[in-house]
Amino acid sequence: MSSNETPINEAPVQREKATNLHKGDIAPGVAKVDPIIIADGIRRTFGGLTAVDVDHIEIPRNAITALIGPNGAGKTTLFNLLTGFDKPDGGTWTFEGNSLAGMPAFKVARLGQVRTFQLTKALGLLTVLENMKLGAKDQRGEKFFSSMFPALWRKQDDAIEQRAMMLLKKFKLDAKSEDFAASLSGGQRKLLEMARALMSQPTLVMLDEPMAGVNPALTQSLLDHILDLKDEGMTVLFVEHDMHMVRHIADWVIVMAEGRVVAEGPPDEVMKNQAVIDAYLGAHQDVDLGVVTGRVAGEIPEEAQDLAAEVAALDSAIRNRAANDNPEKTS
Amino acid sequence: MDLLQILSNTVSSILGPATIAYALAAVGLAVHFGYTGLLNFGIAAYMAIGAYGYAISVLTFGLPWWGGVLVGIVGSIIFSLILGIPTLRLRGDYLAIVTIAAAEVIRLLFLTNAFDAVTGSADGLSGYHDSFRAANPLPDGTFGFGPFTYNSTGWWVRIIGVLILAIAVLIVWSVMRSPWGRVIKGIREDEDAVRALGKNVFAYKLQALVLGGIFGALGGIVYALPSSVNPGVYVTSLTFFVYTALLLGGAATVFGPVLGAVLFWVVQTFLSNLLPALVVSGILPFMSTSQSQTLRFILVGVALMLLVIFKPQGLLGNKKELTFVKQ
Amino acid sequence: MTTVRIRDARKTRRIGIVALAATVATLALTMLSGPAAADDINLDKYDFKVSGNVKLNSEPLEAVALTVAGSGYTVDIVTDVEGRWSVGVPEKGEYTVTLDESTLPTDIAVIDETDDSPNVKEVTIGQSGSSVMNFFIGRGERNQTSFVDQLVERLVNGLNFGLMLGLAAIGLSLVYGTTGISNFAHGEMVTFGAIMTLVFSGMLGLPIWAGIPIAILLSAAFGYVMDVGLWRPLRKRGVGIVQLMIVSIGLSLALRYIFQYFIGGGTEQLPGSDSPQIDLFGSVSLSVIDLVSMAISIAVICSVAWWLLKTRIGKATRAVSDNPSLAAASGIDVDQVVRIVWIVAAGLAGLSGILWAYFRPGIRWDMGAQILLLIFAAVTLGGLGTAFGALIGSIVIGLLVEVSSLFIPADLKYVGALVVLIVILLFRPQGILGRRERVG
Repeated sequence: MSSNETPINEAPVQREKATNLHKGDIAPGVAKVDPIIIADGIRRTFGGLTAVDVDHIEIPRNAITALIGPNGAGKTTLFNLLTGFDKPDGGTWTFEGNSLAGMPAFKVARLGQVRTFQLTKALGLLTVLENMKLGAKDQRGEKFFSSMFPALWRKQDDAIEQRAMMLLKKFKLDAKSEDFAASLSGGQRKLLEMARALMSQPTLVMLDEPMAGVNPALTQSLLDHILDLKDEGMTVLFVEHDMHMVRHIADWVIVMAEGRVVAEGPPDEVMKNQAVIDAYLGAHQDVDLGVVTGRVAGEIPEEAQDLAAEVAALDSAIRNRAANDNPEKTS
Repeated sequence: MDLLQILSNTVSSILGPATIAYALAAVGLAVHFGYTGLLNFGIAAYMAIGAYGYAISVLTFGLPWWGGVLVGIVGSIIFSLILGIPTLRLRGDYLAIVTIAAAEVIRLLFLTNAFDAVTGSADGLSGYHDSFRAANPLPDGTFGFGPFTYNSTGWWVRIIGVLILAIAVLIVWSVMRSPWGRVIKGIREDEDAVRALGKNVFAYKLQALVLGGIFGALGGIVYALPSSVNPGVYVTSLTFFVYTALLLGGAATVFGPVLGAVLFWVVQTFLSNLLPALVVSGILPFMSTSQSQTLRFILVGVALMLLVIFKPQGLLGNKKELTFVKQ
Repeated sequence: MTTVRIRDARKTRRIGIVALAATVATLALTMLSGPAAADDINLDKYDFKVSGNVKLNSEPLEAVALTVAGSGYTVDIVTDVEGRWSVGVPEKGEYTVTLDESTLPTDIAVIDETDDSPNVKEVTIGQSGSSVMNFFIGRGERNQTSFVDQLVERLVNGLNFGLMLGLAAIGLSLVYGTTGISNFAHGEMVTFGAIMTLVFSGMLGLPIWAGIPIAILLSAAFGYVMDVGLWRPLRKRGVGIVQLMIVSIGLSLALRYIFQYFIGGGTEQLPGSDSPQIDLFGSVSLSVIDLVSMAISIAVICSVAWWLLKTRIGKATRAVSDNPSLAAASGIDVDQVVRIVWIVAAGLAGLSGILWAYFRPGIRWDMGAQILLLIFAAVTLGGLGTAFGALIGSIVIGLLVEVSSLFIPADLKYVGALVVLIVILLFRPQGILGRRERVG
């Protein structure tokens, strides 16, 4: 399943990278020539644990920026904060000059900043086509009273359907358009989620681990799609563990560790940065990070870990046979 | 044992006011639970608000019957707003507990002696029929055919009930095939995903809550139309019975709630006629007639469990379209 | 006496918690045994019943004459040695109960400042099929109970009620924590304990010191059967939590009506439910049963706390509550933990039902369903899935229910608790002691 099984350097097309994105010396929080997002003093704590503490960060426009870091570095939390899915303890941030502080997630999305999720959120019991059509903005038929009169929205709906089919064709999902999204494979769902995000014609696309769980056969096409977004004038910010992929497509890399930005810069330079090697690669340099798709460990409260360890110590003789049949649990 | 009479009563219950009331409430619940994924365990409160709103406005404020219906509807909308604005941000199972608690609060407020003058406390309300019956255009007398033979008032109640139900079903059918319904179903699947696409999830949930709530209130009104308002009806069990009817027919279907309510009452009526008759004729010697009535409700509980486990999509639901989202 | 025995019982730590609860309950309630037959007339002849007590400062008054009249039916009755009387009546409706003041001890009268003829009372027999009319005669003191005394009495009652809620709430919370099920059938597990006591002590005539432990053990066994027969297979099928919740609703309905099927729609009393009152101070008095009940609750809750904090399986339970996958990965047998949790939860619920049957007083087929939402409120208040939170939540709810009835009509006393439940969920869904969950 790992995307590393297919070496990325077999990629047929090497596209040109965006350069000269920053102003002045490269350092964490360096100013960008043309930033699309500027964030200051973003802090988020869970109980006593500081998940995110970013002094200053700028995301360059019309470039592909990768957000990397070890498990629990706060990447997804930062994503949640920037997109309005979580509220920071403090801080300000703007998107194309509009302050987003305190703005609910749906309004952020309407401004043109859409995101995908690490655990894919394909709407399983809607068809693939319905999933796509849901992505379109400003639909007249989505208002309650006009929804009862198809004459008011039929024409717009048909246009949306056409656009959806075009995108589906591009993402090679058109044959599945009438299937429930639940019947798609993990990689296809990732594709669908990205295609659905594009239906809203965004200016900034934020992808949370787009490669996680994707079949190697689909990796290249997914990468191409991401590169296409830039060509079409969009800005991409993505979280990824796979170093090869980051090196391959990112124009700029931001490295987080323990909630802070520890380094940033063009991919090749960041990979050489000692702080990055220490914080992220460290002892795991030879570990295939591409297989790290679950990121559970960083989110388990310490007391739970202690408790579990205590129990394990008390009775190490218990066979590890329950791993497969633990009960359903709310998350 | 008069088998013909039992069958006649059973068939007659297809068009019973209680059946229509359950069908309306189940349609409302389908909007809440089946389509939007809101785990509303307070449908009994909506029915109570409809029934009491109707009866109180006729009895205390002297409104005509249609004025009472409007008050019931407005009451349900206000309840939806009070309940929904703070609670719709909650996780599914929390919402369930809040709604069931709110429904109990409503019931206890109708039941308490403190407002006896208006609510009739434990006795409930009756004697609000004049305006409704005066509006009856049907001639006096008893007419119909076979098991569907009712008097003029009986027909009038059923005609109004079926009319309201038809409108409700039509509305649900038309909105659920629209882009609005697409958003609603998307919210059921994963509200964060829908939020990320720029939809105001909260507003949609509130609209769905109001819409379904109105149907619930109308169900309560139809339940109260032929006889009286009795606070003992609007207990949490009522909510669960409506859930049983809904899940029987198919939660995320347009006609499922109606089919479910009909089947629920047909089986209930059949058993409530048959079992005591069997007891009396000595075929069930080990139980009394009152025990045989209790047996029906035991069966409801067992049926609910079996349905949810083995056929969660209901009779009319798509096999693939399980309406339960794993949370 | 009671407390000493409880301490003795607590020393026997190896005994399972359920057995421990049973032992304590037995020892304590032995003192109260001796079923008391009320002086009764026509109870076999008619389905409906009016009954009551006549007491002077908590002391029963014997040989007081009363007349029950209504529905064209009149009957005279005399109280027995425990001040009790009971009359069967032919139909539902209103009855007048008249106490013959000439049969009271000299210088004593029924006093109620709000009533011109306090010795004549109206009772209505409604859905339950029975009605209770008590005459508490107290030389006027009762009517002059100071606010502070009333408050103290309510606080004590509330604490008692809260503790028995706590027994049920801890179990509900453990089940929720380890399995994610919001178990709507928990109320029926409460009823089950009470009914089993009724079966063994009331119907089969076993002494109460034998009936209660048997009932608790059967409750625990019932929990085991439910886990093995229903919940475990559903877990294996990977049934979602909303489905499980609705299954529990179905189970709750089925069980509730099965109870009604067997015990009928009326109220049944457990033996010893009319224990003497003990004056504490001022006009505050408690029955022996209240004191014993509180002692049992506290002892059992302490044992559960010890179990959760000190034993291996208790720690494993908390670990599974915190994070089942991690717990499983660290070698904890989640299935075993869940099974034990169901057994403990059902045993505790059963005990809670027995104590509540004495507190209410009486056993009804739907008694558990009546307090189910209060148990939920308690669990929610403390933070879903945290056992100690559930205990604190229970005591808060118990106090709230009892104290609020000083200010609002008694038939609205549950409303206060439910409103608190709603408000807590709105503003602090993680409860008082719960952890805030991570979003996304």
